[in-house]
Amino acid sequence: MTTATIPAPAARSDAAAALAAFGALLARDLTVLRKQPADFITRTIIQPVLFVFVLGYISPRIGQPAAGSATQAATTLLAGMLAVVILFQGLFAVALPLVQDLGYTREIDDRLLAPLPAQAVALEKIALGTIQGLLAALVIFPLAIWIPAAPPSLHIHWAVLLTLAPLAALMCSSLGLFLGTAMDPRLTMALFAVLITPLMWLGCALFPWSALHVIPWVQGLALADPLTYASEGLRAAVTSQPHLSLLVVYPVLAAATALLLWQSTRFFTRRVIS
Amino acid sequence: MTRATVAVPDPAIPPGAAADVAVLTEGLGKTYPGGTVAVEGLSLAVRRGEVLALLGPNGAGKSTTAGMLTTTVRPTAGRAWVAGIDVASAPARVHRHIGVVPQRNTLDRRLSVRDNLVFHGRYFGMRPAAARTAAGRLLERVSLEDAARRRVDELSGGMAQRLMIARAIMHQPEVLFLDEPTTGLDPQSRLAVHDIVTSLQAAGQTILLITHDMAEADALAGRVAIIDHGRLLALDTPAGLKRWVRGGTVVTVTADGTAPAELAAALAAGVPGARGARPLGDAVMLTVEDGQPVLPAVLAAAETCHARLREVRVDPPTLETVFIELTGKELRDS
Repeated sequence: MTTATIPAPAARSDAAAALAAFGALLARDLTVLRKQPADFITRTIIQPVLFVFVLGYISPRIGQPAAGSATQAATTLLAGMLAVVILFQGLFAVALPLVQDLGYTREIDDRLLAPLPAQAVALEKIALGTIQGLLAALVIFPLAIWIPAAPPSLHIHWAVLLTLAPLAALMCSSLGLFLGTAMDPRLTMALFAVLITPLMWLGCALFPWSALHVIPWVQGLALADPLTYASEGLRAAVTSQPHLSLLVVYPVLAAATALLLWQSTRFFTRRVIS
Repeated sequence: MTRATVAVPDPAIPPGAAADVAVLTEGLGKTYPGGTVAVEGLSLAVRRGEVLALLGPNGAGKSTTAGMLTTTVRPTAGRAWVAGIDVASAPARVHRHIGVVPQRNTLDRRLSVRDNLVFHGRYFGMRPAAARTAAGRLLERVSLEDAARRRVDELSGGMAQRLMIARAIMHQPEVLFLDEPTTGLDPQSRLAVHDIVTSLQAAGQTILLITHDMAEADALAGRVAIIDHGRLLALDTPAGLKRWVRGGTVVTVTADGTAPAELAAALAAGVPGARGARPLGDAVMLTVEDGQPVLPAVLAAAETCHARLREVRVDPPTLETVFIELTGKELRDS
């Protein structure tokens, strides 16, 4: 009898109020991003640039190319770094702030009192992480072309790039929300330290998945890492290297996103409403 | 029943809820997973424009009650309506009608003092320009206009609390929830918060004040609901509650040399008109009729059980006395 008693006009204005609140939450987050860009820059740039510098510039110069020629190394790294910065945004723009918020600042409490459902507060975090992931990819793209010893061989497939990059960013943000809400904030910090490295190294960011065929068990394990699908998909989008079939990449990314979204908004609600 | 004369604009408003009721609960209860009963069978109504204090010791269920009314805690029994809206079925709509000052500092540390208000207003659909104007006005009202550009973590406890109150009323809510608004503040900041609450009340703001501070409830609230172990024990004006204390004068006796229980028995037997003599820590409290000469009888009774008197106090009843009458324990220590 509860929801049935809500009259339709009020329900419509509920939706309008929720939409306005969602927009205002996003506006607040983007204002902070614009006014305090240092966080974003350090989070986005430093690690990927070091990877590109070491594996794309130093290694080929000292005669230890990570994978084939300098051009090949740079080409592999290009797609991989796009995937890595997107992943980092999911972790550091969504999960970490959330851990802080739920753990001790409780700044989130004021957001939860805005006229929108708690799930929508979680979705706003994901929207922000997606936007930041795409921004980060834009920032790293020219650097990954310019820094390596030899420029990568670039083949941009726009239709793939423009659909896959947002999907990958959405998936990584959902993963961030999932990690940020799944367990006790103190455990999450420890989990982060343990998880980041394998997530990245198994995620086919530093080598193409096909190259792993010489170690079948690692190749199999890599399929369990969601980052693999982002890296391989972006590889298909910006290079002509061999990659996992897009017929696999799209459905897996979409399914992972849906699953993570569903589960993480449930975890989030359980966290903030007792 | 007067409800026949009251128009019911929304079927979500329960029958019997008059238009002048801002908050209504019916048998509201919360049992946490694991079986802890925080609130049980709570039925009360907050009238439009009144300040109602929920008074009780820590752990009495006050904050859980506030949590249910502000939609952060899901009730497990009964129902509650805020501004006529069912808190369980339409929480997001309830948000539009409530302002909340939580116990903890939940200010946005990445924003300036002014932007904390501006963005809060925008969450509630205010246009940026209108939000800025309203923020300026409110900052003046809580004497923070000089701090408008400062970072939130530079504020003192009292300033932060004033800012949180300003934020809570930014969107002109129908009901304002203040959860322990002066806990941890110095006396001056406490007075400043009290002044703000008094001026809000004068402007007709409905306020639900959650506190364990009897003096605060006495000073600010029109009515006081005393809560312990999740149950409503009494609900009346402060003066009305004090009339509950039988007799009207409270005598507190502290003595050495005798167990308080023994002294209580001696006083009950020896002081004419003594009621409810009971040990309270290392003292004994009892009530007598107004205007009785009690000191000679107390001295004589102490003599009979060889107690060495340290202190005898004769006071008019306070809300604390009422609480002790109702629960048999002190508000502060429980």
